[in-house]
Amino acid sequence: MCHQTVGLIARHLEAIGIPTLCMGSALDIMEASNPPRAVFTDYPLGHTTGMPDDPKDQYEITRIGLEAFENIQQPGTILKLDREWTLDFNWKADTLDGTRGDERSSRDETPRYQLEEDRIAAEGA
Amino acid sequence: MSTIRYMEMIRERYSQLGYPVYQWYHADEPPAWTPLKKPLAESRVGVLCTAGTYAKGQVAYYYKDDTSIRSIPKDTMVEDIRFSHLTEQYLPAARKDPNCVFPLAPLKQLENEGMVGEIADDVLSCMGAVYSQRRTREELIPRVVDSFRTQGVDLAFLIPL
Repeated sequence: MCHQTVGLIARHLEAIGIPTLCMGSALDIMEASNPPRAVFTDYPLGHTTGMPDDPKDQYEITRIGLEAFENIQQPGTILKLDREWTLDFNWKADTLDGTRGDERSSRDETPRYQLEEDRIAAEGA
Repeated sequence: MSTIRYMEMIRERYSQLGYPVYQWYHADEPPAWTPLKKPLAESRVGVLCTAGTYAKGQVAYYYKDDTSIRSIPKDTMVEDIRFSHLTEQYLPAARKDPNCVFPLAPLKQLENEGMVGEIADDVLSCMGAVYSQRRTREELIPRVVDSFRTQGVDLAFLIPL
């Protein structure tokens, strides 16, 4: 869903004169929303700019993304990076495993703080 | 192994749960195109991350089509970066190391190295799991446009969860 939202935003910004670059890890959703410039990394969702605790990976992916503003010349290009998720070689099979079901949280209008201390910091005790 | 087809997978899971079939957006025309007006190394880059990022002290997101945005100063300490997003199963890594989806450290390093002119002072975030494409267009996008215009960005760097 996030990738679709980013695609919609990119297409709009570009139409009002702001060049955009979309990062992403869901290739089919990126292809469907067809943003002007995009960089695809074949990682599990949640790690769009690199593996956790791997500053080099994060730096390189972010750098390639920024460079793509100048490197992509053809509208609708998705640059596909040749990088492999090395933390778990079974991640794709696990993602496709239908027995895991849907893990979305319930949808309502209550802010969902990561930590209780955040709620106190934002709203008071 | 080939790339994962998320649209098909999510459609199947929703139908198993009894939800109506989700109508994914399919662009029916090519994207607009705006050439860069100046080199990347002289450009002010606006950043938007849709991972539901907020800074400690800010109100978190709610999960039912929240179309609000947060402005997170780029000098915010990484220890104060938080996430709240409908699909919490994708957040454990980011909650441990925010830079894997909200890359403040690499962006500032690249700014210091001169790869970009500058990173705009306020990094934007939203909770990108908005089911209503109408609300994305009518509520979320205008807020993003307003902030990027106010900040005078030359380019927009967009990062989904």
